[in-house]
Amino acid sequence: MRPAPSRLPAIACAAIATLYGIAFLGAESQLAVGALLALAAAAIPLAARTGALDKVRDSIGANQKTFDGAAIAGVLAAAIFLHQEHFAILMMTTAMLLMVAALGLTVQFGFAGVVNFAGAAFLGIGCYTAAVVTKYTALPSWLTLPAGGLVAALIGSILILPVLRTRGHYAALVTIAFGILFKTFLEVNDTLGGPQGIQVKPIVLLGWNFSRPIRIGDFVASFYFSYLLLALALLAVSLAFVRRLERSWIGLSLDAIRLDEVASACYGLDVARWKVLAFTLGNFLAGCAGAVYGHVLGFIAPNNFTFGDSLILVSIILLGGIGNVWGVTVAAAFVVILPEKLQIIQEYRFALYALLVIFILLYRPEGLLPRPLRDYLPGRKASAP
Amino acid sequence: MLAATRNSDSRPTPVDIALFGQYLVNGLMLGLMYGLVAVGFTLFFGVLDVIKFSHGDVLTVGAFTAFATYLALKATVTIPWLQLVIVSVAAILAMAVLGALIARFLVLPLRSAPALNTLLITLMLGTVLRESVRLFFPDGSNPKPFPALLPNTAFPFGHFNLRLDSMILLAAGLMMIVAVHLVINKTKLGLAIRAVAQDGETARTMGINFTFVILVTFAIGSGVAAFAGVMNGLYYNEINFGMGLLLGVFGFSAAVVGGLGNIYGAILGGFLFAALQTIGAVALPFASAYKDVFALAVIIAIMTWRPTGLIAEKSSERV
Repeated sequence: MRPAPSRLPAIACAAIATLYGIAFLGAESQLAVGALLALAAAAIPLAARTGALDKVRDSIGANQKTFDGAAIAGVLAAAIFLHQEHFAILMMTTAMLLMVAALGLTVQFGFAGVVNFAGAAFLGIGCYTAAVVTKYTALPSWLTLPAGGLVAALIGSILILPVLRTRGHYAALVTIAFGILFKTFLEVNDTLGGPQGIQVKPIVLLGWNFSRPIRIGDFVASFYFSYLLLALALLAVSLAFVRRLERSWIGLSLDAIRLDEVASACYGLDVARWKVLAFTLGNFLAGCAGAVYGHVLGFIAPNNFTFGDSLILVSIILLGGIGNVWGVTVAAAFVVILPEKLQIIQEYRFALYALLVIFILLYRPEGLLPRPLRDYLPGRKASAP
Repeated sequence: MLAATRNSDSRPTPVDIALFGQYLVNGLMLGLMYGLVAVGFTLFFGVLDVIKFSHGDVLTVGAFTAFATYLALKATVTIPWLQLVIVSVAAILAMAVLGALIARFLVLPLRSAPALNTLLITLMLGTVLRESVRLFFPDGSNPKPFPALLPNTAFPFGHFNLRLDSMILLAAGLMMIVAVHLVINKTKLGLAIRAVAQDGETARTMGINFTFVILVTFAIGSGVAAFAGVMNGLYYNEINFGMGLLLGVFGFSAAVVGGLGNIYGAILGGFLFAALQTIGAVALPFASAYKDVFALAVIIAIMTWRPTGLIAEKSSERV
């Protein structure tokens, strides 16, 4: 047996990613952004060729806890470094929330193979729940987070029967129809603000208003900073949860169902039950992320949740490699932050990501970062070829 | 409106007839458009067992091609009917070529990949087409006024004006359906298409050029969609970059309801769907504002009730 890989590459990777993130988010000119992108485009193939990438992968695989800690520390370090840059903090928060939503979609799409082309709708349900709870009820505003998730799961349960009974393109049609239905409904419903949208009041927890700047002595952070912390906490919990789910026997059952429904039914797996679980869980995650997202935006409109946005979420899943949890987080950061920093492509982002996905499907159908094979015995290297 | 109907005695008032006529023409027109879109879906599914989700957006591009052709022609050709013919032919031909290209470069290469990949790639292509119209057509993000190229004479029947342009559109749509029917059933090409639809492998051993038949089928389906797009533009006098999305969803639903792979089923499904939508808009208390919401909910309900359409797909799974 080989000695366990050292922790150093994993920590170094997190540190480099943090530095790169700070430089990228803080870059002022389009030229600097372009230069940083070119640097990454040159460095990643180089690292892959020299074998550094494999070392990092082994190291991360063997030292999950260290890397998790390093990643959280990295986000915090970047956030503290950029604490006064409202826009950078907002972008980080948005990226993390979309990561949570994309994780939800990964559970559905990547694990159980349940298609869902209404991801943005479930995100939107979370947002609108936050708006309704803070506007029309006297419930404490921190309740919006679980409420968003629960309502998304509940509304999603209307779709359970159609999704269970249909397959392939028929199931796709059902979810597409639902996504468009949701947006159309918002546009004509006056209670929910109609096409103009609706305001979402901030979260107030024990007198701590999340939309006010944080002041600790001389340290004054952006008014998005509280939400960044909340988003980071939500992301950490969701990541831990989804990874444990993947490793557990539930994840194994979901994989089996995705790969062959008939065979797994023959082996006694309750296909319907696991599909329902994955679908509901995914919607719950998207709804939770949506609730926080609503508070962050402060004002939401039906146009934030179009079919195009649902397809962007699907693009994230495909870019990251279907079912690859870390890949999805990297892809979400890429997809959210790139158009914001590189303004030339902002307007073209829907078309650009769609084109990117077309090329991936044609030339690299398993995604940019394919999901690794299941590691049945963690820590042990396969000896047989 | 409902209250008025109830208050009056059993004799229908002129207003009712006018409204009824309006709804009837509207419903028929919608049915034809859905049917024409559904024909494409059903043709593609027939020959390749794939769903091309970009079909609705091909329709949009067709409508915009027609519009662009009209703008280019406006100065040189001034006779409306000639303009109309040139515009329609240009749109149909351009979309037929586009359809064949899509089949050649996006659908056929993924034949051995999971069905999900074809679905994704065509969905993404739809986005590319839709966004391209929005971004690259001059001022494409705003609705465009489509020229009224048909005579706008109206024949009054009491309070109901039967418009000549609507009649011409309906007749043209029906003729298109008949034309597709004739091509599929009476020509050698149609025989080849039906052979490929029935069994691609056997068709190949019988000397049918498989790839060619696929490309032609996609061309026919896309050309029909372009025709529907022009019809839509002429009827509503307005086109926008998002028009294909809803039409695509409704057209696909119509094809599913009629049973995928069955051309007559698709047309029937189109009319059934339009009828449901029209009746829903009239009969429901919350009426017209929610008519799309209602129609989409009906789609979901029908799919739940009959997961592969009213005329069910033969489902035997080979393990």
